[in-house]
Amino acid sequence: MKLKKSTVNAIISYAIVIAAFLICQWMIATKNMPRTLKGQMIPICVYIVMAVSLNLVVGISGELSLGHAGFMSIGAFSGAIASTYFLNALGLESAIVRLVLSILVGGAFAGVFGVLIGIPVLRLRGDYLAIVTLAFGEIIRNVVNCLYFSVDGMRLHVSFNNPNLPGSIIVNGPAGSKGIKAISTLPVGFVLILFTLFVVLNLVNSRSGRAIMASRDNRIAAEAMGINVTKYKMMAFVTSAVLAGMAGALYGLNFSTFTAAKFKFDTSILVLVFVVLGGIGNIWGSIIAAALLTVLPELLRAFADYRMLIYAIVLILVMLATNNPIIRSLFNGLIRRNRADQAKAGKGGDAQ
Amino acid sequence: MVAFLRFLINGISLGSVYAIIALGYTMVYGIAKMLNFAHGDVIMVGAYIAFCAMAYLSLPPILAVLLAMVACTALGIVIEGLAYRPLRQAASLAVLITAIGVSYFLQNAALLIWGANPKSFPSVFSVGAIRLFEGELVISSETILTIISNIVIMIGLTLFTGRTKLGKAMRAVSEDKGAAELMGINVNRTISLTFAIGSALAAVAGVLLCSTYPILMPTTGSMPGIKAFTAAVFGGIGSIPGAMIGGILLGVIEILGKAYISTELGDALVFAVLIIVLLFKPAGLLGRPVREKV
Amino acid sequence: MKSMKTIIAMILAVVLLAGLSTAALADENTIKIAVIGPFTGPAANYGLACRYGAQVAADEINAQGGLQIELLFEDDEHDTEKAINAYNAVIEAGAQMIDGNTTTSPCLAVGAVAYEERMFMLTPSASSDLVVADKDNVYQVCFQDPQMGTISANLISENGMGTKIAVIYNNADDYSTGIYKTFIAQAKEIGLEIVSESAFNDDTTDFSVQVADAKDKGADLVFLPIYYTPASMILQTAKNIEYAPVFFGVDGMDGILAMDNFDPALAEDVILLTPFSAFSDDEQVVNFVEKYKVISGGVEPNQFGADSYDAIYALYQASVNAGIDGNTSFEDACELLIAQFSEMEYTGLTGVMKWDETGAVSKLPAAYVIKGGAYVPYGE
Repeated sequence: MKLKKSTVNAIISYAIVIAAFLICQWMIATKNMPRTLKGQMIPICVYIVMAVSLNLVVGISGELSLGHAGFMSIGAFSGAIASTYFLNALGLESAIVRLVLSILVGGAFAGVFGVLIGIPVLRLRGDYLAIVTLAFGEIIRNVVNCLYFSVDGMRLHVSFNNPNLPGSIIVNGPAGSKGIKAISTLPVGFVLILFTLFVVLNLVNSRSGRAIMASRDNRIAAEAMGINVTKYKMMAFVTSAVLAGMAGALYGLNFSTFTAAKFKFDTSILVLVFVVLGGIGNIWGSIIAAALLTVLPELLRAFADYRMLIYAIVLILVMLATNNPIIRSLFNGLIRRNRADQAKAGKGGDAQ
Repeated sequence: MVAFLRFLINGISLGSVYAIIALGYTMVYGIAKMLNFAHGDVIMVGAYIAFCAMAYLSLPPILAVLLAMVACTALGIVIEGLAYRPLRQAASLAVLITAIGVSYFLQNAALLIWGANPKSFPSVFSVGAIRLFEGELVISSETILTIISNIVIMIGLTLFTGRTKLGKAMRAVSEDKGAAELMGINVNRTISLTFAIGSALAAVAGVLLCSTYPILMPTTGSMPGIKAFTAAVFGGIGSIPGAMIGGILLGVIEILGKAYISTELGDALVFAVLIIVLLFKPAGLLGRPVREKV
Repeated sequence: MKSMKTIIAMILAVVLLAGLSTAALADENTIKIAVIGPFTGPAANYGLACRYGAQVAADEINAQGGLQIELLFEDDEHDTEKAINAYNAVIEAGAQMIDGNTTTSPCLAVGAVAYEERMFMLTPSASSDLVVADKDNVYQVCFQDPQMGTISANLISENGMGTKIAVIYNNADDYSTGIYKTFIAQAKEIGLEIVSESAFNDDTTDFSVQVADAKDKGADLVFLPIYYTPASMILQTAKNIEYAPVFFGVDGMDGILAMDNFDPALAEDVILLTPFSAFSDDEQVVNFVEKYKVISGGVEPNQFGADSYDAIYALYQASVNAGIDGNTSFEDACELLIAQFSEMEYTGLTGVMKWDETGAVSKLPAAYVIKGGAYVPYGE
């Protein structure tokens, strides 16, 4: 039996992720991993999932989204509420079961909002679409700042701008979620990465994926071929929202507290930076860029006050270097394979 | 009724600041097809320079504004030359990310240079306020100055792009770079010029923003920057009158929304109105719908 | 993929550079105290104030001889995720106790981890009651938000400062919302009339609606449970529409006069509650203000700096009493410090402090009025 090339590539991808996981686990077990890095492992997993899922919209579907952190926010808050509810109301003690269920809840809620937001958003094109996603991201943040949730026995209470709820508060308006147990674990983080890769690679290599890319490359031609462009764009957008929601739940449950302010425009932009830096449409590029750029500000701590300034300079220089024709041709000369990649990246680059 | 009038005037005043910032966004977008996210931070730099000129060098406000304009123009040209020009052939998203890098850079450089302690911006224009309806309606001199500046800039820019050779060159480049080049227009210089004008406007916007809302910090420019970007898209990005109308409407909606609906929801209302408008006018208020061809 | 190679190369270069900084060796006579707060980003002015205050204290202590202090500064950007990273970084650098975090949500996030790992924390300024709740290892130098709201309402009522009250608060900030909620509750309790309540958030530049609402409803006192930066805008807005009620601020208002180029006439007669006045002629305060200004580049200290100065001194006093030295592990130091803090008394710039079993401090704020660009105790 001969496997398809895409299947082989996918298997290699999963193998690399599993190998990376085993290396990390080994380093942690043998105490070879610095504490600072260990503390960042789960956020790295989260940002990888965020970047890969945003790449589905920006790279594969070709629409610029500036509100991805909004879905992360919905996932984080619904996941945190679910986790506390399962523990307090349903008495579900097992942390791992709660974590997995909460991630699913986070993904489901983000998916619902993905549909609601996708319907108006996907009527628009280009920068208009981008600005509407930005607007939704900001609306989500502003509204969450006014929401209060509490659990009282089996009942879940919610109020707008009124903290006087019966029972114990879970989400406390601007103070964010509180009293949640930090239950996220690294294995679940890696499983989420594998799941994301599985979903995205399968989607990309499926009939639907080809339809999505055809709509990106030439909308009119795709429509002429009988492809329902809105339907396929919606598919990519909602899948991406679900994955971002799951990442959000993993993120939220990694901390004992987090606030809505975390999921502002800056975070959406940060994830976009991962995607663009890793190469638009290039899944592995997103993964590596997300991991490295999450670690980078921590590595720069030795620079003290100049840390964020240097981070900015590195970001600019990397963008200039990776787009410099001389450096590009240099690499192209060294590795021939890259030519194909570049053609791909060039196409994805028309995302706007 | 007086209350409504007052909110309307406040809205127009706030909107005028957005409009001037939005002009910078829209001009750069029109010509370079890039979202210059560092624009809001150029505003902040302009305000800091004007602040230093007035508070430390005791220059008169008008000189301080001119100095800020010169400095921001230079800054705009340098940013364009060092960070954006090398990416002229690259994907537009790559330039967007560089712009974000520049934005981080400016904010953190400002933090190192001017410190984190907020600066209280001096009033640039101290003529008494106008009082109407027996003191019920007070219009401050800053409000009047902002609205007048806005009108002057709008007329100036329309004349510049419509009547002058350089302005026509700018329009030609924004229409079709290749064809403009063939007609003997120096595209790079025209783009630099656009950045220069946009940045000079940013300096003016910075001074107006901070004299109406007198707090200056390294992050002062970011939120007005995002709002102005929204305003530019609202009006139809690339269109000068669009940016003006978009900015003013955004300001008015923001103030009226807070006054009559809720202050708790903050900017959520503004963004909700924006979404609704874009659903009915998918290319913004004055934007040209782009016909796609096969 | 070629873009990735460039990135990897650049990052490796940065790592190598970063590696050049030498790790300090443990010295028996030097204890390591971490100072964590936002040194960049929108909350940088608060974090930096804490950092400067801590530096003044450490310099004084080290000049005296005896047990020395090494401060480890880490930036948390007012972000929970970065706060955990900063916490991990200071532990790797050998921190034995923490003066931090400056702001509430990072302090909550770090506090939960520090509780599990047994690291002692004394926060100068994270004022939510949740910061110390259910954690025996976290103590506060500042008083708590709910206290502030109650004290403010009582003070307004007892002194008849106003009859119709407006409140303007930041509903994206837990500090502000916390004080606001308890203020309203206490006001209802004691029969103060609230005529206007309006909110803003961190992105707000225009306050005309909030101020106009207070004016239109005829409020004669505006309660501002917010930081001095937005407060100064509210004062300006009120002046523009010729509205002059009594303005009543809390500890977040402290610092308004230290803003660069601020016109003190704008804040004339503003009442505020604060544990610290830089205008005091107390010798200790004068000395602190002088040294602080050298480190901060001329900026006057506010309560953030003073609280952090006190935090370092309190940690130092407790360490000396408990016999903690450079070789004590942070876990051991934590238990020793908890034992000290539960019974010790410390007198600092911000008053006499004792701590109850939750970790809350006993000191109370004093009311001041701004007159001619300086604080005058209220009622004098």
